[in-house]
Amino acid sequence: MLLEIRNLHAGIDGREIIKGLNLSVEKGQIHAIMGPNGSGKSTLAKVLAGHPNYEVTEGEILYEGKNLLEMEPDERAREGIFMAFQYPVEIPGVSNSQFLRLAYNEKMKHLGREELDPIEFNELLKEKAKLVQMTSDFLKRSVNEGFSGGEKKRNEILQMAILEPKLAILDETDSGLDIDALRIVAEGVNKLRNSENAIILITHYQRLLNYIQPDFVHILADGKIIKSGTKELAIELEEKGYDWIKANSAHC
Amino acid sequence: MQVKRETVYNEIFRISASQTNQPEWLKELRTEALSFFSEVGFPSVEDEEWKYTNVAPIARETFQYDFKVESKISEETISKFVLEEAKKSFLVFLNGRFRPEFSNAQSLADVKIASFTQAFNDPDLQKTLQQKLGSLVDYRKNGFTALNTAFIEEGLFLFIPRDKIIESPIQLVFLTENEKIAFPRCLIVMEEGSEATLIESYNRNQEGKYFTNAVIEISIANEAKLKHYRVQRESHNSFHVTTTCAEVQCGSVYDSTNITLGAKLSRHDVIAIFKAEGGQAFVDGLYLVSGEQHSDTHSVIDHVFPNCLSRQNYKGIVDGKARAVFNGKIFVRENAHGTDAQQSNKNLLLSNEARVDTKPQLEIFNDDVRCSHGATVGQLEEEEIFYLMSRGLHHSLAENLLTYGFAEEIVNKIEVDSLKSQLDEALLNRLKAKL
Amino acid sequence: MAKGIEILTKREYKYGFVTPIETETIPKGLNEDTIRLISKKKDEPEWMLEFRLKAYRHWLKMKEPKWGNFKYPKIDFQDITYYAAPKSKPKYNSLEEVDPEILRTFEKLGIPLSEQKMLANVAVDAVFDSVSVATTFKEKLKKIGVIFMPISEAIREYPELVRQYLGSVVPINDNFYAALNSAVFSDGSFVYVPKGVRCPMELSTYFRINTQESGQFERTLIIAEEGSYVAYNEGCTAPQFDTNQLHAAVVELIALDNAEIKYSTVQNWYAGDENGVGGIYNFVTKRGACRGKNSKISWTQVETGSAITWKYPSVILQGEGSIGEFYSVALTNHAQIADTGTKMIHIGKNTKSTIVSKGISAGRANNTYRGLVKVLPKAENARNYTQCDSLLIGDKCKANTFPYIEVMNNTAKVEHEATTSRISEEQLFYLQQRGISQEDAVSLIINGFCKEVFRELPMEYAVEAQKLLGLKLEGTVG
Repeated sequence: MLLEIRNLHAGIDGREIIKGLNLSVEKGQIHAIMGPNGSGKSTLAKVLAGHPNYEVTEGEILYEGKNLLEMEPDERAREGIFMAFQYPVEIPGVSNSQFLRLAYNEKMKHLGREELDPIEFNELLKEKAKLVQMTSDFLKRSVNEGFSGGEKKRNEILQMAILEPKLAILDETDSGLDIDALRIVAEGVNKLRNSENAIILITHYQRLLNYIQPDFVHILADGKIIKSGTKELAIELEEKGYDWIKANSAHC
Repeated sequence: MQVKRETVYNEIFRISASQTNQPEWLKELRTEALSFFSEVGFPSVEDEEWKYTNVAPIARETFQYDFKVESKISEETISKFVLEEAKKSFLVFLNGRFRPEFSNAQSLADVKIASFTQAFNDPDLQKTLQQKLGSLVDYRKNGFTALNTAFIEEGLFLFIPRDKIIESPIQLVFLTENEKIAFPRCLIVMEEGSEATLIESYNRNQEGKYFTNAVIEISIANEAKLKHYRVQRESHNSFHVTTTCAEVQCGSVYDSTNITLGAKLSRHDVIAIFKAEGGQAFVDGLYLVSGEQHSDTHSVIDHVFPNCLSRQNYKGIVDGKARAVFNGKIFVRENAHGTDAQQSNKNLLLSNEARVDTKPQLEIFNDDVRCSHGATVGQLEEEEIFYLMSRGLHHSLAENLLTYGFAEEIVNKIEVDSLKSQLDEALLNRLKAKL
Repeated sequence: MAKGIEILTKREYKYGFVTPIETETIPKGLNEDTIRLISKKKDEPEWMLEFRLKAYRHWLKMKEPKWGNFKYPKIDFQDITYYAAPKSKPKYNSLEEVDPEILRTFEKLGIPLSEQKMLANVAVDAVFDSVSVATTFKEKLKKIGVIFMPISEAIREYPELVRQYLGSVVPINDNFYAALNSAVFSDGSFVYVPKGVRCPMELSTYFRINTQESGQFERTLIIAEEGSYVAYNEGCTAPQFDTNQLHAAVVELIALDNAEIKYSTVQNWYAGDENGVGGIYNFVTKRGACRGKNSKISWTQVETGSAITWKYPSVILQGEGSIGEFYSVALTNHAQIADTGTKMIHIGKNTKSTIVSKGISAGRANNTYRGLVKVLPKAENARNYTQCDSLLIGDKCKANTFPYIEVMNNTAKVEHEATTSRISEEQLFYLQQRGISQEDAVSLIINGFCKEVFRELPMEYAVEAQKLLGLKLEGTVG
């Protein structure tokens, strides 16, 4: 088991948002988590990545059998957890390529592997940048500074490609993307999936799932998974809307 | 090292003080203020706050002081300065004294309006007056505030009760006669949830030499809002010094626009202090000076409490041999986290003998802040002039139009139509522009 | 965030050691005899002594400046040693004569002086307390006409040159500390680059204060003749003492027609401990004169040390089309105070200046940018751009911005922008999520914040500067 979430309760500023969530993720799987606004989707992503403002009040999260909640955010990242941010942050003055090399080498150091010098790393970077159709001009610019919404999201996927996570959490990566950008991002993700990693897709709309096929779809409402199924569930949800599922779950 | 000096002001103070039957606390305050003035005198250019403004021309002059409320002015003269919207809501100051008999407050039934003498005799107002008068502008600030405080006589106390929304703009009309010295003093107290628009207009009735030295204190309680327009259009031979201080409480808004067109030598100190969380202050201004005019603006925005917002946008147009000074300070005190403060000062120099000195300052004691300031001194963009000329405008007209556009950003803020169009006209006249 | 602050607050000062050598000092205190003694020790000509005495007499009449918005203990000028030199020999003819302890000291500081180990392509003048102990590549430079030597030697060997320019940019009565320096300066560097010569290597001076009660009053004079170019760097360290030491230097630069001087400083004097005990008072006057047409003077500084820094490297833009630049990073921590900035005085037509200042304040420190941009009536088409950014770390520190802009010409364009910000939690989390530790994340953000200044520094200094800011990154400058 790669990730096991048991009875998770979590929130921010003393307000509980996730209220008893269970989820198991195996290597090689793609899980989509869907839900209306405010259902706790992004909170789940942030708790998994270890955002300091979010507090876990109950439950546990095991990652490769280890207690994830005891790890600092950077440790989690080095252990292979990657979160693609819904709103990627700007770091003025620090170029994308410097930043990526630093992150990459930190991970290599952690794995006891050899670090790359700037020249070697640039080769790797150029290779990976093709995946999301990014030009070298992007790599020289400061991290996310002055990037358009689509460029920021592509940059997130590029980082994912460089860091090769075991567990990638894509937090509303489809939001704010036009159809072309969405296709580029989705293709990038598809090329990165393999039998050794897992992906959690967090999204409000079914649209993304046309491009990235999930193995499982979970519906999140009011901090709990209220229904799980396969990708057909997402299609049904799209047709009938979130009200259907809420009404439905009331009976369960 | 300062020696107590006997000045002409000591003499007129003795006469003024001997005639008054003000309460003891005020007599004391006035005496202390005069004694402070005798010690420090007028500020000198060695004082950092007065580095760019030499007030020796004021110190050298001897003005006449109105010891009694005797001066007269015709209704017709006053009406020249009263705005259309304020025909039933204007209050007149002549030679620094508030003159209810020349004023018209018909549409201000919800506002308590009192001269200081009236306020001393009103049990409701008396206490607030004593508590607030001099609490916002310390007479020890400089020689001018000291002198104004020493000569507090017939000031104006404006009290806007809780939740009252005053529709008519309240216009304060200040007129000073040639050779006179005037010490206007106003205290404006707004209770919780009230709203008002205040127009403070200094006008030139005569072209001569005189000196207006005003202090305006404004207290804005929780959730109250004040729009404050200050328009200084004194005689180009006169001297003008004003200190304005507004205290802003929780959720209250102080929105001021300060227009300086007049006086030979003028100085405006404007201070906004946040006295509780969540207040907002907008302190904007325009100074347009030419000839041998000298205009100096010193602003202080003091973020004492957390989560307050301030914006300052000052623009200057300086022509002829005129000189403009802008000094803007933003303080963010130790506990004022969540402060959001911005300041901008842009200047256009229209002649090669004009001069601008600008000094935007930030003093920040807290890391959880968003603060920025910017200042520019320059000319109109060649590209913009070219664009207008390519559309058939004469070079000088293109310039005037762009200069007008530069100033308009500030004038456009004014929501009193007649005032706005007056200023538009004044701007166009000054710039000899046609639209 | 808390941890991020710690890396800055817990940095150790690794240059705090004392070199155990015998030092010759003159008695504490200052009077005309002290000055005569210094002048005699340096075997100076009469005119130099006159210069010193004149400065001293001015100084006596001057008042200690009080322009900062902070207090510090009064300096007792009679309790300072004005001359300290390694005892072995006051003048060194070759490296063999230098006390091995001193050579080891510089090596420890990363400044090897022996021929075999010398930094390639950087000529170094090493100043230990009051004297210059070694100047590398002196002969090689001499062949192309570049003079690089201790100023004490230049006074003897090139008296006409020194006499012509010394005090011509910073007059002896310019300010209190400049007057003091003019009276008692001990040593420093002298650089002369002849007409049309591009100095092929970077010139470097390394200043080391070793003696506890001595002040350091070095004097640097750089003259770039028509069409010449020189890049000059200085570095400074001092041992850790619990008393304050005074460093009052004067630097004068002169650039003639089409000449360019690039002056870089990495200042890491001892800053005192976390309670503000000890440390250097760094009161320095640095000024350059762009006298010639199209000349250029560029100051780059990284100020991380000293208990108090007052320093305003300035440029007088006299020559038509001349350019002045000032790039600065000032990092203050604990109880440090830095009040620094520049003055750009536009006198000539078409003169340009650029100011980029980055202030970082942590602990209880007080970091002030104070600058003046003055455009005089004849400076047609003068241009200035100023950018001043402050970064605060923690809520006990203070950042101030005091720009003075005085414009007397209507064809001038002056722009000033300033911002104040902090490291946001979101930025830290983002970097951490990519596997970068919190400490490194703070460093990375600071590095990015300072980038515009770091890229102005020569390579070695940029690396040094990053290390000083607690940065572990390599190859991130450029």
